[in-house]
Amino acid sequence: MIAEAGLAALWLAAALSLLQLVASLAGPRVPELRRLIVPVAAAQGALTLFAFLMLLWLFLRTDLSVQLVAANSHSMKPWIYRFAGTWGNHEGSMLLWVTVLTVAGALLALLERRLPERTLHATLGAQAALALGFFAFLLLASNPFARLVPAPRQGLGLNPLLQDPGLAFHPPTLYFGYVGLSVAFSLAVGALLTREVGPALARTMRPWVLGAWVLLTVGITAGSYWAYYELGWGGWWFWDPVENASLMPWLAATALLHSISVLAARGGLRTWTIMLAVVAFSMSMVGTFLVRSGILTSVHSFAVDPARGSFILALLALYVGGALFLFATRVGTVKEGAGFDIVSREGALVLNNLLLSVILGTVFVGTLYPLLAEAVSGEKLSVGPPYFNAVTGPLTLALALLLFIGPLLRWRRDSRPNAPRIAAPLVVTVLAFAASFVLDPAMSALARLGLGVAAGLAVASLLPLAGRNLRRTPLATWGMVISHLGVAVAIAGAAADTAFTEETLAAARPGETLAVGPWQVRLGSVVPVAGPNWTAVEGRLSASRGGRTIDLQPQSRFFSDPPTETNEAAIRTLWDGQLYAVISGAEDGGRWQLRLWWKPLVTLIWLGGGLIALGGLLALLGRWWRGRRRVREPELAYA
Amino acid sequence: MRAAPKHQRLALVLLAMAALVGAALLAMWGLGDRAAYFRTPQDIAAGRADVGQPLRLGGMVQQGSIEKQPDGVSIRFVVTDGPASVPVQFRGITPDLFKEGSGVVAEGRLTPAGVFTADTILAKHDERYMPPQLGNQAAELATRQTLDR
Repeated sequence: MIAEAGLAALWLAAALSLLQLVASLAGPRVPELRRLIVPVAAAQGALTLFAFLMLLWLFLRTDLSVQLVAANSHSMKPWIYRFAGTWGNHEGSMLLWVTVLTVAGALLALLERRLPERTLHATLGAQAALALGFFAFLLLASNPFARLVPAPRQGLGLNPLLQDPGLAFHPPTLYFGYVGLSVAFSLAVGALLTREVGPALARTMRPWVLGAWVLLTVGITAGSYWAYYELGWGGWWFWDPVENASLMPWLAATALLHSISVLAARGGLRTWTIMLAVVAFSMSMVGTFLVRSGILTSVHSFAVDPARGSFILALLALYVGGALFLFATRVGTVKEGAGFDIVSREGALVLNNLLLSVILGTVFVGTLYPLLAEAVSGEKLSVGPPYFNAVTGPLTLALALLLFIGPLLRWRRDSRPNAPRIAAPLVVTVLAFAASFVLDPAMSALARLGLGVAAGLAVASLLPLAGRNLRRTPLATWGMVISHLGVAVAIAGAAADTAFTEETLAAARPGETLAVGPWQVRLGSVVPVAGPNWTAVEGRLSASRGGRTIDLQPQSRFFSDPPTETNEAAIRTLWDGQLYAVISGAEDGGRWQLRLWWKPLVTLIWLGGGLIALGGLLALLGRWWRGRRRVREPELAYA
Repeated sequence: MRAAPKHQRLALVLLAMAALVGAALLAMWGLGDRAAYFRTPQDIAAGRADVGQPLRLGGMVQQGSIEKQPDGVSIRFVVTDGPASVPVQFRGITPDLFKEGSGVVAEGRLTPAGVFTADTILAKHDERYMPPQLGNQAAELATRQTLDR
């Protein structure tokens, strides 16, 4: 009965989204229908949330008469994985997607007060059109509540790679981010429909974009760390299609965030902001398409199903095509914003947007090129780190260099930029660049540049605070400073990882010692251990450096349902880096394969990601707080 | 340097176009010699692979061909697709599904001596990682294994 209740709620919610669409189309002429829009949006959100909770309950109870549960769960699994297993599969994750979409629509309907009512209604119509397509996808092509008769006695289990606490947080965080951008998309469509593109739209859009951007940043950072420790390959970013699928909306949202600030503060970049809002959500849909269709192989694809891929592709074409058509026909009615000089805050933000767009374009082309090549020439190929690093690395450093100057410029025109302030970080960069030659003559050029730019940016990011009364500085300005500092920290971590990582790969007998960087690592013994649903061999390692000894226990685990082997890397974080150890389960004549890394300063990568997200959160809180006080102050920051 | 608003919009549109074209050119330049083409041993026998280019070599691990090297972490094996085969050398920890007689994709480069040096080895129950003719065999095998369970 739980499954049927969930399914009924889904159908009802789908019907309500159709009603919401019709009501907002007819709304301008029929006041009775107009009054329905907001309550219907709220009811639709509540019903979808109910359906999602029903699925969650089925997974927690391991109800094997439901096909999805039988195919992805197992009653012997720890409860946290039964819980998170709800979205560790195609149908469940799509239901989560739609749930977040409709709940966001409900919140927009209930909480938004700044927008003219006409625009709000048009926006909710666009949101309903989005929801309707995904309801159709869910109900017609991926019903999560389908029954299985007869019920099997045991479930097939969850992919062991996914049996990790990370699964509980990583996909929902990214989905909240993806879907937050759907609100920006709907707002852009709504404003185009009612021809009200202006600063009020930007102020409404900003908290949604900022919130989505914070969650995407957190999701990407956490996903990167998850892949780093779970895969046991020692890398933190693999340019896997699915990683790119989360990076592309983030890049677009980052550009959007900066152009929104120009629209909100100065009324400029109107059409560009609308375009970016459309692009950002399109990238979320492309991401969903890439992940859900399994069309590009990656560790994230659960199943390959061309029919589902085509369905999402059709939705993608419909929504993006529709929005672009609307954009093309209405762009002439968008008013011209205020002008500005090239040397100005706006000018720097335009350059920021162009660089981010170029990075986005190259990542997009690289990610989809294998599909294109196979369709055109039948040639199978893959595009990996050599391409992405070569193309995005220099562009990212150029973007970082822009950050030296941009935040220090005045709005509209800056005829006398503050030369000493701009020069200071450049001097730091040159000094750090020179120091890298002394430190390590063999370092790669990109790593050297990265360290130099990171050092300069760390100084430059703090300069907007110089000469200010820190206690009276708005939270939004603090947010900007902290996010930009986070960029410097992350670049420093990535450059340090490239430049200083030491690796040792060897087969060792118990009692033997291996060297990696400054560490002497001794393999004490290898012992069998067992967990709730796995058995493993565990290496007992002790690593010493200058009289200090730490223990490491990497495992190679064997899961029985389904039969799989995974590496549990042992990672120890020290103040100056991480020691990372992997053991292979295959014994060869009394020797065990060990892979050891010493990664100085690698933790800065995720610390930087955390700072970037924290800055966004502060800006969001600051805006919210100021919005509550309703004080009209001049715009001081742009995060 | 102050541009009139009307010209400013035009200038921004032109800038955006330039950025798009720039991104496309940059991507094409980058993809030119950095995309790894998928090749089977037959392709390589037919000369459809350049020495030193990044490649993905796909096929089956030939029965009895895995040779462990004395250092304990290097192996040599042969990838075959029936008519042709290519010797491969690899240093690292192999994935658990890497076995003789099962499908494999090796990422790496072909040396002038005709030996393929792999940086990464992928072994998955997934027809995408196999040449089509071998994919079917593997699918049959996988089905039989599932039924046996």
